[in-house]
Amino acid sequence: MSVRFRVNGREVEVDVEPRLTLADCLRHHLRLTGTHVGCEHGVCGACTVLVDGAAVRSCLMLAVQAEGAEVVTVEGLSSDAELTPLQKSFRKHHALQCGFCTPGMITTAHALLSEEPNCDAARVREVLSGNLCRCTGYIPIVEAVLEARAAYQPNERASDRSGNRA
Amino acid sequence: MRTVNSLIGSPIERLEDLRFLRGRGQYVDDLARQDMLHAAILRSSVAHGRIRAIDVASARALAGVHSVITAKEIGNRVPRVPMRLQPLPDFEPFAQPVIAESKVRYVGEALAVVLADTPAIAEDALGLIEIDIEPLPPVADRQASAKDASLLFEEAGTNRAITFRAVRGDVAAAFAGAPYVRRERLRTQRHMALPLEPRGLLAEWDATRGRLTIYGGAKVLFFNRRTLAKQLGVPESAIDIVENDVGGGFGARGEFYPEDFLIPFAARLAGRPVKWTEDRREHLMCMNHAREAECDVEIACTRDGTILGLRGHAYVDVGAYMRTNGAVGARNVAQFMSGPYRIPHIDIDVALQLTNKTPVGTYRGPGRFETDFFRERLLDMVAQDLGLDRVEFRRRNLVSQQEMPYQIATITPFESKDELDSGDYHATLDRCLEEIKWSEKSKLAGKLIDGRYHGLAVGCFIEGGAAGPKESARIVLEPDGGYSVYVGSSAIGQGLETVFAQIAADALEVTIDRLRGVFHGSTFYVDDGYGAYHSRSVVMGGSAILDAATKLREAIRVQAAERLNCEPAEVEIVEGVKAVGPGGKAVALTELSSISAEGAFLNKKHTYTYGAHAAHVAVDPKLGHVELLDYVLVADCGRIINPLTVHGQAVGSLVQGLGGAMMEHLAYDQEGQLLTGSLADYLIPTASDFPNLRAIVLENHPSPINPLGAKGAGEGGIIAAGGVMANAVANALSALGVQPRELPLTPTRIWELVQAAQSNKKSA
Repeated sequence: MSVRFRVNGREVEVDVEPRLTLADCLRHHLRLTGTHVGCEHGVCGACTVLVDGAAVRSCLMLAVQAEGAEVVTVEGLSSDAELTPLQKSFRKHHALQCGFCTPGMITTAHALLSEEPNCDAARVREVLSGNLCRCTGYIPIVEAVLEARAAYQPNERASDRSGNRA
Repeated sequence: MRTVNSLIGSPIERLEDLRFLRGRGQYVDDLARQDMLHAAILRSSVAHGRIRAIDVASARALAGVHSVITAKEIGNRVPRVPMRLQPLPDFEPFAQPVIAESKVRYVGEALAVVLADTPAIAEDALGLIEIDIEPLPPVADRQASAKDASLLFEEAGTNRAITFRAVRGDVAAAFAGAPYVRRERLRTQRHMALPLEPRGLLAEWDATRGRLTIYGGAKVLFFNRRTLAKQLGVPESAIDIVENDVGGGFGARGEFYPEDFLIPFAARLAGRPVKWTEDRREHLMCMNHAREAECDVEIACTRDGTILGLRGHAYVDVGAYMRTNGAVGARNVAQFMSGPYRIPHIDIDVALQLTNKTPVGTYRGPGRFETDFFRERLLDMVAQDLGLDRVEFRRRNLVSQQEMPYQIATITPFESKDELDSGDYHATLDRCLEEIKWSEKSKLAGKLIDGRYHGLAVGCFIEGGAAGPKESARIVLEPDGGYSVYVGSSAIGQGLETVFAQIAADALEVTIDRLRGVFHGSTFYVDDGYGAYHSRSVVMGGSAILDAATKLREAIRVQAAERLNCEPAEVEIVEGVKAVGPGGKAVALTELSSISAEGAFLNKKHTYTYGAHAAHVAVDPKLGHVELLDYVLVADCGRIINPLTVHGQAVGSLVQGLGGAMMEHLAYDQEGQLLTGSLADYLIPTASDFPNLRAIVLENHPSPINPLGAKGAGEGGIIAAGGVMANAVANALSALGVQPRELPLTPTRIWELVQAAQSNKKSA
């Protein structure tokens, strides 16, 4: 069946089986392979994308449920020119190694910081506890997210922190 | 800008990050091909049984299914997965067929491969295959295995694959006159590497050229190519294995698995590209398991705490088959029981027992995590018996700097001698105690504060690295004056591109942006690569790059000398841009015709990173919950190339070790059914579990065995975590007399230990 939604600001129309997950639709139909699939049962968080601003596990959502929604993936939170402040902070703190969980961490952290730019370390840990990382031990990820808070303060321009578009 | 020798040792931000952070990494499942078929694999739900029939007719008839492959389609003799390390003839009877032939021996063993137009149709078809298996008595644990009542391989007549023995000195004499002996039985649980990216492969068969290209390679691509070429009966040169971005390895990814035959075979059979990506349940059932070991050992000491000897038996549950590196963990259990300590007399044997469970392989710190738990537990028990200070007892027995290189126990068969290369083990212990404020915190040990007992522990480790025999590299001076670096090492997420770029740029005396790239892993970059295992890449690959850089600079001098009419020795290469001869006559390197040089590093010795861990915990005796209040890891890694990445390795491996110590467990029932087949059941650390820990990475004692002075690093965090956490819990609950003898230290286990200790007290 046909489903229409917006991905990273672009209107898309895809013909999908009703059982296709949003994750597989993004990856294999729209070729947005930055969204990763690590468990397909909603535990690892690698497939996290933003749906109407909320962090959502795209492996637990069907593509057809995205009808009319605004979906943002890690590609939509990136720019060619330079890394965003959140990405820079991840790089500076060595908050990624193999990179597989990273897109889910970036989308989850972006959603958190957009809602709660003053969250503390305990809150960051609580929210990120839904995203598994097997490489870093999480310490540098938490440090990176805390440092990126500055870029999400209300006086900072939204376009500066979320790449080409937000 | 003068850049000579400024990159090594600097916390350079990683080059890889630029693509990973933007979602532009390219992992194997991100690839797609026109006309690609998708594979799904039917796996045995029976742990042990004889295959009576497999009926694939309905599956074949499903619309969208291209073909179904079983042992029958593969031919007269189904290929076996070889042993990559310790390839002893003893293991041959226990090799795994790449698809089940006549028997199934573990839940998850491949029975059939479906190729279909979409992954969903392939999975639908799996449900249409009818399997008839006659169940046989499952061998669920090493005790049942040792009885040999039910045999996994009837023709072998035993479930014991081999017994390794580690010997040093004369243990019988040491024990004969020993004033103090303690015997203990200790156990570590089956758990696994669990990288976040599931395994996957994409194979393309080019019928006209007779060539196979396989994407999704990792770790040991050249060995896997050799293996596959033999199995498929094609020359090695007809196969390329490509290394894409890899979502974590930890020892388990990249070994030759049954799918590494099945998917390329399917692509050749179908004449179309075939892609396979495992799901997490398959991953938990099929990727190498590790760590299930038990020991029954005795330690002999003088009353004032000098260790005289260590002897006894160990048992490793190796699962259903011996494949690739499945003997390494067990071998290390025997050889590294002594760790960083001076134990003059050792005699330990280890039996590798087959069971109807997933086969094992290496997982970060193989055999070392297990033995650190055994040994460090034992040391704390001895110290308590003899009324010795735990720290002084360790200090007295650590190998000293003056004793280096220090010979450790020798393993037979496959005789393997080894020695500790360098370092000051006392210094890292002292630094660790200082960092955690041991003397201050000691006052809290065993105290009940707000309903929780506080405990403290410290332990020491060594970490092997730099396995030989060889690594290869090649550097090319490109026509635009840039340099391309090719190396046989494999990247599995550890940041090799950055670290190798630092080494190459320093050696070439250029800035890092002059490098066109570090190209690694894939079989077409160098003639002979050896890959990434045993923390070998920086030492082996890095030293090979150094060699290639030296040879390239020499080749540049030779060519420039011809242009400048002088001797090569008179040519100076300035900032990697121009070659200057006598009298200032110069030629730009871009004017030279393309030059490349090959380098190699050969090595028979190992490096030993070493250090200490200390933990401060609070244990709730009513809930069995352990909170980690503070944890310090100090490691001396020899010369550090990139402090940022080596620190990341230390912290990351420590948290992985805490997972093994506190929560991770691949539980099976007595029927050989895996009970933890999802990430909701198999728990690994999350961001909220261990917020309080620190790693301090030092470079005070370079390794003498390689030109970089580097040591393999990245496993030290995981190795000591089990022993130290168990000792901290024992120390906290010392008033109750609790002694953990088994991991993981889940709330249930600790609660049970507390209950047992309390009822013992009442009855006493």
